[in-house]
Amino acid sequence: MSLLRLQGVTKTVDIPDADPLTILDGVDLVVEHGERASIVGRSGSGKSTLLNILGLLDAPTSGVFEFDGRPVARLRSGARDRQRGADVGFIFQQFNLLSGRTALENVMTPLLYASGRRFWRRRAIAAEILDKVGLGHRMDTMPEKLSGGEQQRVAIARALVREPRLILADEPTGALDVETGTSVMGLLDSVATDYGAALVTITHDPAIAALADERHRLDGGRLHPLGSAQDVAA
Amino acid sequence: MRAVESVWGAIVEAWQEVRIHRVRVLLSLIGVAVAVCALSSVVGLANIAQQGMTESNERYGGRPALLSVTASYAPDGTPMPAGGLPEAWAGVVERHKIEYTSSVRQGGMRVQFRGGVAEVSTTAVDQPYAAMHRIRVAHGSWFTKEDADRLAPAIVVNGDFWRKLGSPSLASHPTARVTSGDGEVTAVVVGVLRTSGYDDMAPTAFVLSSAAPQLMSIDYSGGAPANLEAWVPPKLAEPLTATIRAELDQALGAGATSVNRQDYLAAGDDPLAFFKLVVGGIAVLVLLLGALGLVNIALVTVRHRIREIGVRRSFGATAGRVFFAVMMESVVATVVAGAAGVGLSILIVKSPWLEQLIGQGMVSDFPPFPVEAAVIGMVAATAVGALAGLLPALVAVRVKVIDAIRY
Repeated sequence: MSLLRLQGVTKTVDIPDADPLTILDGVDLVVEHGERASIVGRSGSGKSTLLNILGLLDAPTSGVFEFDGRPVARLRSGARDRQRGADVGFIFQQFNLLSGRTALENVMTPLLYASGRRFWRRRAIAAEILDKVGLGHRMDTMPEKLSGGEQQRVAIARALVREPRLILADEPTGALDVETGTSVMGLLDSVATDYGAALVTITHDPAIAALADERHRLDGGRLHPLGSAQDVAA
Repeated sequence: MRAVESVWGAIVEAWQEVRIHRVRVLLSLIGVAVAVCALSSVVGLANIAQQGMTESNERYGGRPALLSVTASYAPDGTPMPAGGLPEAWAGVVERHKIEYTSSVRQGGMRVQFRGGVAEVSTTAVDQPYAAMHRIRVAHGSWFTKEDADRLAPAIVVNGDFWRKLGSPSLASHPTARVTSGDGEVTAVVVGVLRTSGYDDMAPTAFVLSSAAPQLMSIDYSGGAPANLEAWVPPKLAEPLTATIRAELDQALGAGATSVNRQDYLAAGDDPLAFFKLVVGGIAVLVLLLGALGLVNIALVTVRHRIREIGVRRSFGATAGRVFFAVMMESVVATVVAGAAGVGLSILIVKSPWLEQLIGQGMVSDFPPFPVEAAVIGMVAATAVGALAGLLPALVAVRVKVIDAIRY
């Protein structure tokens, strides 16, 4: 059973005094457990909208979307929120770390919405994963005192702390220089492998997209499979 | 277990927010803390003022429930036989096992002061009268049972009387010369009353009923027998009044006596109700103003936190959880502010200077800081927190996650 399956997914939004705007148009996509997938596309091509749908933040206008074999449309709002918390980790371009909280507190935050052992042992779990991403010595540092690369590593730790089955990375290297970006992607790939999570990366950087097992291009709301890394670069 | 984790998680989130934004929170909560302090203090100070008013009422009308028996004239218009009422009353007291009773007769005595003889308004009472009317003495003591056996009768005087004697130490057993008929009686001052300024403008005195014939040469009652008072449990006041009336009617003739309750609660209504209402109204107004300030700041703050709320939603926070967490932030903060306000209020209300100012020296039994003031303060703080958190929580729930993350 695939982790994600989209079939004929469309997304339209109503525009005042105009025809509805189609953002996604018949998107078909399958992501297997533990797979690396990338989606490239120009600005405005619908990448973020697709990511929001995959991350259960938004609902398609039509089409089929199954998460681990279950149709998402049947999930009620609270159940969808809980599934998102348990199964999806987000990594944002601008890191979106919570200000005023240390790196450790940022990583602990998703565990506030967990239950059982993860909830009560959140500090130890967060410390362990921060150590894993090489920030064991910076746990008590505020985000604004961390470099861009370090902030994104905190964000990676935070996305993985609940051991999700899917990591959605939205331009994860967009705010980093090339060298740091490559390093961060290497780390992301490594920890995602350790946790057995599938990784879907949305990027406009062909080099980053080429690192994935399955590569796609989103153009005008339609998703096209890409072949080799050379195709992506082209 | 899941519910416990959710509630605890929301409290942790709320506490983090309060801790991180402590300066803003502190500033916004000063108003609430001051309002809670004002509310609790008003309740606490009103309690002292109420105690003062109660004690004052009790001094004049007696402590609840005080029954007064007067029997001036028989039904045919002739004065009652002098011995009739006391004997009938003694029977009533014995039958109903009434512990506190006193006869009360208003009159006067002529006292030789340094500046000459003066007429002193005097009340002849029995020893239990002090307990029945919450009489307090500033120096010396009230009458004891042994005072009835004194050769030189004992008197308890007010401050003006005492000063006219030259404010002597009561340890020296000061005496007052009382002119009575052709002779002179020496009375021993055993106590000086604690009185307000109004009661201290002219000399007054209490004497024991047994010593009244010796000392009181002036009769204000026109020969009527002394009034009789009984302090009984308030719950029994009504049936006992009817029973005593019937018994006295039977002994002395129908309508020969008048039995009435005379303490300040006799009318049944709380005479301090209006005072409490006004004070409570002011306190609630103060609290509402504090709450308005808090709502204002909370609404502005939540708009600055839209991105953070979106990020939390991406972690799996449900709408209900976000609502509860934002609400809890407000409640946690106001509860802390409420505790500070109540603490400050205790310091204010229990300060000796303020107790003296409110009590005006007339409160004998200062009440402890009222528990209801603390409870009202804390409940009000929590309610204000919930109320002030409601609007921002609704705003937070309506945040669109996708827009919020990109905010």
